[in-house]
Amino acid sequence: MKDLGHVNNPWGDDKVIDACSIFGMMDVSGKTFSGRDIITAIGSMHDRGNGLGGGFAVYGLYPEYADLYAFHVMYLSVSGKTEIESYLNSRFRVVLSEEVPTRRVRAIENPPKVWRYFLEVDRRLCDDDVEEEKYVVDHVMEINASFSDGFVFSSGKNMAVFKGVGYPEDIGEFFCLDSYEGYLWTAHGRFPTNTPGWWGGAHPFNILDWTVVHNGEISSYGINRRYLEQYGYRCTMQTDTEVVAYAMDLLLRRHGLPVEMAARVLAAPLWSRLEHLPAPERELYTSLRQIYGSLLMNGPFTVIVAHQGEMIGLTDRIRLRPLTVGTSGTRLYLSSEESAIRLICPDLENAWIPAGGRPIVGRLGDALPARRSGRSSLSKGENFPLHAQVQGG
Amino acid sequence: MLNETSAEPREQTAGLNAGGMHYRQLNATLRDMVAGGAQRIEIKDVCGQRYIGTNLCAPLAIDLHGTPGNDLGAFMSGPRITVYGNAQDGCGNTMDDGRIVIHGHAGDVTGLSARGGKIFIRDDAGYRAGIHMKEYGARRPVVVIGGTAQDFLGEYMAGGVILLLGVTLEGSRAHDCDFVGTGMHGGAIYLRGTIDHARLGREVGVSDPDENDMLLIRSLVAEYAALFGRDEAELLQGGFVKLYPRWLRPYGNVYAY
Repeated sequence: MKDLGHVNNPWGDDKVIDACSIFGMMDVSGKTFSGRDIITAIGSMHDRGNGLGGGFAVYGLYPEYADLYAFHVMYLSVSGKTEIESYLNSRFRVVLSEEVPTRRVRAIENPPKVWRYFLEVDRRLCDDDVEEEKYVVDHVMEINASFSDGFVFSSGKNMAVFKGVGYPEDIGEFFCLDSYEGYLWTAHGRFPTNTPGWWGGAHPFNILDWTVVHNGEISSYGINRRYLEQYGYRCTMQTDTEVVAYAMDLLLRRHGLPVEMAARVLAAPLWSRLEHLPAPERELYTSLRQIYGSLLMNGPFTVIVAHQGEMIGLTDRIRLRPLTVGTSGTRLYLSSEESAIRLICPDLENAWIPAGGRPIVGRLGDALPARRSGRSSLSKGENFPLHAQVQGG
Repeated sequence: MLNETSAEPREQTAGLNAGGMHYRQLNATLRDMVAGGAQRIEIKDVCGQRYIGTNLCAPLAIDLHGTPGNDLGAFMSGPRITVYGNAQDGCGNTMDDGRIVIHGHAGDVTGLSARGGKIFIRDDAGYRAGIHMKEYGARRPVVVIGGTAQDFLGEYMAGGVILLLGVTLEGSRAHDCDFVGTGMHGGAIYLRGTIDHARLGREVGVSDPDENDMLLIRSLVAEYAALFGRDEAELLQGGFVKLYPRWLRPYGNVYAY
């Protein structure tokens, strides 16, 4: 760890400027690309992190196993591997298991053993996809809560998380990410504030194919966690960001909320703004606050949430952490700093700073998000289907 | 300003390529160049380097091509920085004197805690522009934003001037920002266009600019128009609104017995 007590340096520059860095890039046409550029981009924000965590999420990298759950597991001991593999073998059909290829990188010390398993669920155990996903989530939670020497850190289909203790550019090299191709990548450089820098605590956080990278602090972690535990989620990664991944899984997958509305749960419009809204919107947002008050994310945050086919950038409602959006051709970029986007896309067509609490969404096959003229935390012009959704939620 | 630059001898213009350079190296190089008598420095390929121009106390000109990093011109006292691109967060942080001109937009907390100098932004600014600016005597920081700003403009503002020209607004020319002037207890914010009074901080009063205000507005508009090649007369059309602090010590009783 950086010795923060020793602040004098030959540059006369004593300030610790750390703050997490996040970056996301997606080709909405579905065209895949390697991890080379995102490693460069996140590496250019090196000074925001302190080497205690770096990680990436990739979507579309295992097309040959697209229908299988790709579990990625970190092992801290040989016995941990034996125990967890025995657990997996008794609950899933293991189609393929292999060690995740890594390179020796000097900056990466004492890495755990990292394995991946392509798993199939016996459909006699579950009637439909919903039950199958519940089966998978339950077993991930069980493994991560029960085994001390190993944990599942990626459990979606045709996607993967790669993460660990180190600067993100070193983690990228360690996991050979230049050799994978995906249509959507997110990345994180960590500056741990309140919780330990360990391999499981690096971002992204994941469940099924949902991933989250985060800059900020979720001060409402305690209440969010208690609420999520009622739905079977178990927080084992010792870090606030974990609740965002489970909250998105609950709201978007299980409760079927549209992204724009889930954003209003996490970054709920302030009461003082609700007073000034027309009745239907006011009632909708009031209902959301009543139903999901315990999922309100308090504190400063910018997150990039991703799942199959979608990348979402969201900040807290008063934008206490930065986010810049860039678009070019069929590419969408989200970054803590604009310079990181321009480094890998010098001919960037558009760059703007979105309003707080408003999601920026890139969807496979859709047009890129455009800068809106309304910029407040609650723009009047915004519309998404209000009525059907209220009952559904 | 044009006359000043053209009067400088060409041999004192120095070039620098910042591509791949760490911010510490870049700023150390800048300080060396200033110590060596450089009066105009052109830096190409700027990409995210922080604190450019920090603590430089000489009246030189620095032209930046690319995207400078956070806290551009922090604590600087004297230089004239021109950015051909966008600025990131914290541009002009605690700036003392000099001028920063952005041919693009600026990120959050532009001009935070500035105590002098001028910042001109061609387009929009992010959240909390002008937060905690202050003034003393003749030292009066100025932030001119050609477009509009996001929420918390002039938050805790204790002095100085913010001018929004609204050139990026469409239709109604209403500035779409919330919590403007929250905690404001000094200085003035001038808006070209309108703002819903419900979106102002409770410490903020609204009036028409008086003749002295208009003198200041006209001179800043003239400077903005010259810098960015805009039509000065057109920018002066349409009404201006003045936002001012209703109390100079809004929290005077909070800590009193």
